[in-house]
Amino acid sequence: MKPSGISLRWAFLLPPLLFLLVFYFQPLLRILLLSYSPGSGGGQSGHLFTGSVYLRVLWFTFWQAALSTLLTVFLALPGAYVYAHYHFTGKRFLRALSTVPFVLPTMVTAAAFRALLGSHGLVNTWLMEYGGFDSPPIRMEQTVSFFLLAHVFYNYTLVLRIVGEFWARIDTRTTEAAALLGASPRQVFCRITLPLLLPAISSSALLVFIFCFTSFGIILLLGGPGHATIEVEIYRQAVHLFNLPMAASLSLIQIMMNFALMWIYARIGRDSAISFFTDTLPGRPRPARGLGEKALLAANLTIIGLLLAAPLLALVIASLSGREGITLAYYFALFSTKAQSVFAIAPGRAIANSLFFALSATALAVALGLSASTALSAKTLRFRTFWEVVILLPLATSAVTLGFGFIVSLNRPPFDLRDSLLLIPLAHTLVAFPFVVRCLLPAQRSISPSLREAASLLGASPMRIWYRIDLPLIARAVGIGAIFAFSVSMGEFGATSFIARPHTPTMPVAVFRFLSQPGDLNYGQAMAMSCILMLVTVLGFLSLEKLSPGHRT
Amino acid sequence: MQKLTIRILTLLAVLQVGTTCLAEQNLTVMTHDSFNVSKKVISAFERTHQARVIFLKSGDAGAALIQAILAKDAPMADVFFGVDNTFFSRALKADIFIPYDSPLLAGIADHFRLDPSNRLVPVTYGDVCLNYDRQWFTKKGLAPPSSLEDLVKPAYKGLTVVENPATSSPGLAFLLATIAHFGEKGYLDFWQGMRANDTLVANGWEDAYYGHFTAASKGDRPIVVSYASSPPAAVHFSSTPLAEAPTAAVVDNRSAFRQIEFAGILRGTKHPELAGKFIDFLLDVPFQEDVPLQMFVFPVNPAAKLPEVFSRYAVVARDPAEVSPADIEAHRERWLEEWTTVMLR
Repeated sequence: MKPSGISLRWAFLLPPLLFLLVFYFQPLLRILLLSYSPGSGGGQSGHLFTGSVYLRVLWFTFWQAALSTLLTVFLALPGAYVYAHYHFTGKRFLRALSTVPFVLPTMVTAAAFRALLGSHGLVNTWLMEYGGFDSPPIRMEQTVSFFLLAHVFYNYTLVLRIVGEFWARIDTRTTEAAALLGASPRQVFCRITLPLLLPAISSSALLVFIFCFTSFGIILLLGGPGHATIEVEIYRQAVHLFNLPMAASLSLIQIMMNFALMWIYARIGRDSAISFFTDTLPGRPRPARGLGEKALLAANLTIIGLLLAAPLLALVIASLSGREGITLAYYFALFSTKAQSVFAIAPGRAIANSLFFALSATALAVALGLSASTALSAKTLRFRTFWEVVILLPLATSAVTLGFGFIVSLNRPPFDLRDSLLLIPLAHTLVAFPFVVRCLLPAQRSISPSLREAASLLGASPMRIWYRIDLPLIARAVGIGAIFAFSVSMGEFGATSFIARPHTPTMPVAVFRFLSQPGDLNYGQAMAMSCILMLVTVLGFLSLEKLSPGHRT
Repeated sequence: MQKLTIRILTLLAVLQVGTTCLAEQNLTVMTHDSFNVSKKVISAFERTHQARVIFLKSGDAGAALIQAILAKDAPMADVFFGVDNTFFSRALKADIFIPYDSPLLAGIADHFRLDPSNRLVPVTYGDVCLNYDRQWFTKKGLAPPSSLEDLVKPAYKGLTVVENPATSSPGLAFLLATIAHFGEKGYLDFWQGMRANDTLVANGWEDAYYGHFTAASKGDRPIVVSYASSPPAAVHFSSTPLAEAPTAAVVDNRSAFRQIEFAGILRGTKHPELAGKFIDFLLDVPFQEDVPLQMFVFPVNPAAKLPEVFSRYAVVARDPAEVSPADIEAHRERWLEEWTTVMLR
């Protein structure tokens, strides 16, 4: 079985690597070479290492990402516990809702938080009226806490879903046995549960970290001009100063820093996964009993409510409030055919386009991700740490650089895709597929090899083993990966904001279009479109969960 | 899995063939995200010339231009619309446009025609200037600002939001206005005063206008840097009919910067003739009359009539502050650096 097993691993690894070669390494290499070629403008790359400004940018990028990640994990971990262990009304809906921030355009998130916490927002108005304050007591405009809050808002769901799912699969007999032998709940958690959970926690934390490290829109908008991540600086250098050598150097630094971090992470993480996934039913979620459990549940639901649901609710309210109170005027305007512009966006078209792109990106990302993680989960694969890191790289790469890379690389057959519609789902897949791999790897690695060996002894082919053993055990993780791939595309992540696109309005594009011109009708329609985006996304999540093979309530 | 990849690649190839076959009658226009045109107007062009016009939107004005420059060796489009005077010299230096002497240029005022060899022809213009919330000033009993100098007076402390010139095109335009107004020697003093007067800097127009401007958001800044055409837009895009514009623009006393937007034919186009016809079309009355309500800027063709909401609510700077494109290109980086040092560090 050995030789066929190894060649099968490579067969699994090949499609994702080819995909990366064409749509990631080639564009990246071309744009870097072009940036450093003489006459590419700028030519002041000597500035890079002389300015202490850039060291500050590097440092800022690093600490804000680390802090955001810590905060997110700290807040979401108890939530993951609650989701793994208790059953309560509205559980699935609330989980779907918690993933909605993922697809919201930054401007809309900013609007949501300002409606709640802005100087004339709900909370400040209330405090001034009843709390006896003369001026708004909460001032978070352009502060660090504002974008930290937004980072938690966006990423909470990553930890909740990835860790929650993993937690639910831990065989409760182990912890019960420990308790029976006299271990205190704390000992059980620290000695058994936490080590078992570590792969999932670190997997989701890594995603959160990379995500915050490359944060662009959130920092640009909420952090104000006083704060800049490497990504913001790349955009500034490339687009506004046309200093391509500097932009390229910063992109390289960003990639190398992430590469180093991911390498360390992968080295530590690769053998720590303990095989514990069994085919026996893990403990089913049950209703919370007793005061302590109920209090825990209530506390977590409050966090989800305040952190995630309240800003979303504020958006719904904003889409319904006109100059003279509650109105449906913005929704009517959205669906009326009054606009004469070529670019006017019928909501139906925008929804259809968004769904089409998202579903194709999801399908491609899941196929590639499944293929990659199957290869990577094998201990026999050579250089697997290296491949693991390589596959994550697109996530850690500047969207500006990559977008410009497409322009200088995908310009001849068979890949003359620069003005093709296909480029959009392909670019989304590039970001979505590492997400899928990260969701799958912890689950796939913890499948006990003895299961596979037994099947193999009984004469099952490697393909059959994969299909009958691996796939059923990771089905739920596939579902989660699919949900994130879907959100990445619905929210138009990554390089798509920097590639030329023919006229195919999606929902986020529609929101941007409305927000680019003055007038309350534009603002209102942007809010209304965002609410439709939220609704379609929630419905999408719920049906993806239903469709995923391992679905259980 | 490999089969799947092969299938996907085949699909790509098929689609590729499909698009190249159709390309013969297509004219591709690369532009920025804010570009707009009426269906009626563009289909008239398509009918007359039996062509299909495809618009490629490529991010903000700066990002779109850079993509056109990067694609120089294998252009993605035939025409580019949306080079403004702040990017004008960079665009010409990159040598991506070919000259085209449109017969319609004869009717267009000389001060718009910055390129004597007509590689870039002016299409629209607009003034970047201060906007203020009229109701806010009436309520407070404070006189609204009438010049740049007002902004640094104690009475206007904490009232203004501007865009970061390093990340926003109106932000850069406003910085240039202050440079033209106060001179290279005095403009930093003005900005020092702005900082002392608690001016808020936002990174983009959307954030300044919809995040902080009192007339358009729950923000607390009644003065914002926007366009002279923003007040008519606020009337036009109102959910309830308005008798008066909720905002007003300040354009007097050399306080506004004039942004002119240009279009050009990209070098390497396979349809130079059709591209020329498209430039003519951009300068001709139907498109020029469509410009105000679609993009909220002014037409350069004096024969174009303005819509009512413009003639009633829009103002045009009589003596805009001017900086030549060559100066902008030569000093942009230094000015941005100096501004950043004064305002943000």
